[in-house]
Amino acid sequence: MSILVYTENWDGKFKKLSFELVSYAKALANELSTTVTVLSIGKVADEELKKLGNYGASKILNVADARFDSLDNKALALAVANAAKSEGSKAVVFAHNNLGKAIAPRVSVKLKGGMVTGVTALPENVDPFVVKKKVFTGKAFANIQIHADIKILTLAQNSFELIETDNKAVIESFDAGVSDDVFSTTVNETNKVTGKVLLTDAEIVVSGGRGFKGPENWGILEELADVLGAGMACSRPVSDEGWRGHEEHVGQTGKIIAPNLYFAFGISGAIQHLGGVNSSKIIVAVNKDAEAPIFEAADYGIVGDLFKVIPQLTEEIKTIKS
Amino acid sequence: MKILVLISNVPDTTTKIRFVDNNKAFDTSGVQWIINPWDELALTRAVELKEAGGVETITVANVGESITEPTLRKALAVGADDAIRIDTTPKDAFYVASQLAQIAKDFDVIMVGIEASDYNGSAVGGMLAELLNFNSVSAVSGMNIENGQLSLTREIDGGQQKISVKTPVVTIVQKGIAIDPRIPAMRGIMMARKKPLTVLPAVEAGEKTSYVNFELPPPKAACKMVDEDNVKELVRLLQEEAKAF
Ligand SMILES: Cc1cc2nc3c(=O)[nH]c(=O)nc-3n(C[C@H](O)[C@H](O)[C@H](O)COP(=O)(O)OP(=O)(O)OC[C@H]3O[C@@H](n4cnc5c(N)ncnc54)[C@H](O)[C@@H]3O)c2cc1C
Repeated sequence: MSILVYTENWDGKFKKLSFELVSYAKALANELSTTVTVLSIGKVADEELKKLGNYGASKILNVADARFDSLDNKALALAVANAAKSEGSKAVVFAHNNLGKAIAPRVSVKLKGGMVTGVTALPENVDPFVVKKKVFTGKAFANIQIHADIKILTLAQNSFELIETDNKAVIESFDAGVSDDVFSTTVNETNKVTGKVLLTDAEIVVSGGRGFKGPENWGILEELADVLGAGMACSRPVSDEGWRGHEEHVGQTGKIIAPNLYFAFGISGAIQHLGGVNSSKIIVAVNKDAEAPIFEAADYGIVGDLFKVIPQLTEEIKTIKS
Repeated sequence: MKILVLISNVPDTTTKIRFVDNNKAFDTSGVQWIINPWDELALTRAVELKEAGGVETITVANVGESITEPTLRKALAVGADDAIRIDTTPKDAFYVASQLAQIAKDFDVIMVGIEASDYNGSAVGGMLAELLNFNSVSAVSGMNIENGQLSLTREIDGGQQKISVKTPVVTIVQKGIAIDPRIPAMRGIMMARKKPLTVLPAVEAGEKTSYVNFELPPPKAACKMVDEDNVKELVRLLQEEAKAF
């Protein structure tokens, strides 16, 4: 009867987004008068698993099985569906990130559930079950009704506040019931950037556009990112030109992010760019053109030269931080 | 190797979004339709792989009414060999995936864009894979075929992985799969007119979700402007008013 949450772990650790998922599921469980069970797949220490209890999980199903490290989508989906069946879950909640988007649709078919991806709030109604999501790349919202008995949701990042409780979770090891022949993904090589704030995790993001004029001018932005502990992003032409890496491209065709604070320097604010950043809580724009559309999307703005403003900003923030 | 590329027909990315019928339906009047940008990149990569040898045929498919045919013709002009349109209104992701399952089972590699830029579902590819009992790989940003073997690059948090996977497989692709979308050349457009476009009837399939209504985001408060020489004030506002750090 419970609500099942699937959360991945990152080298044995959970992230804020895992706790957002559990908080959301707990609030949903309260509406449906049931409890939250979390499925964790991969090696995670009990101490870490217990943290999920603080956000409202009653039970944690722990699958400490290294075969899943290859992120084989078919195998993972089977494991989640088996957990949902064994729990009799009415709803399964995933993160709306790479892995959640990969697995949730498969699980919805296995469980004959109805799915809504990228939901941004608790359901307005649970009977009928109607949830809200963004459509047209953030240009509108839709309210969608799920007709199937089992609801499958992926939750948009940073759309739900963490809610701590004094709840404690029990941890059970769970046999996911996935045989070797289901796995068919082989990882040959993994390359990870280390030591950088991940764009999708960052609370603050500093972003640059064509206003930077070339690949050689980004030192000032790196320094600002450093003092803010911010992630770095850029507009599409910047990554297309190779001034910055593709992993920094945000927008409709790049990464979609929702930080607390987004700085756009030398970015005009094209609709496709805004599609990736319009869920940011606060947007600050610095552009030398007072007519640039970015100012329509921004909360705070400076009409000015980014090469002058950024170093001053860095100095100011250093001062308040010291 | 036979490749199927799924094509979603979406409004141009600069379309002004409006709703009609008491906010129950998207206003399609005056809308320019395009190939969903990620599907276009998927198709571009498929064509590149075919030119390099190793791909026998590229088929494109869409679930939609006849208004989507110009989009399919464009896909043929870009380099697909044939097109299939399943003639029905796409109701929800499960309904669409169920339609595609009838044809997709005959392919080795199915390429799907990570999401459609209209309803942002990110769902059809995974559902289709499950219906066919195929494996699927998501967040694919690179694809190569070497000696009949598929090798993929997939995005993970903070990095990338090179993986191999058995076919048949559904690949859900995103940025990086191709750099610039192919623009059809005149010759391609001429040839596309003669390429087969098959129309198939829809199969029975339930829908599991429905749109109740749409809302536009509330209008945003005006941007607070700060003078260029007063960066200190901006920092104060961010700290004290916006409580952003
Ligand atoms: C299908 C499609 C998908 C797309 N997807 C994306 C996407 O995902 N992400 C994305 O970003 N774009 C995307 N685009 C491109 C988008 O339309 C814009 O072309 C792009 O966002 C513009 O980037 P920009 O703002 O860096 O450059 P520009 O539009 O050239 O703007 C540069 C800005 O910098 C300002 N400037 C110049 N010098 C200075 C200075 N010294 N100080 C301060 N300001 C200065 C200028 O006033 C100008 O406003 C897409 C386009 C299409 C058609």
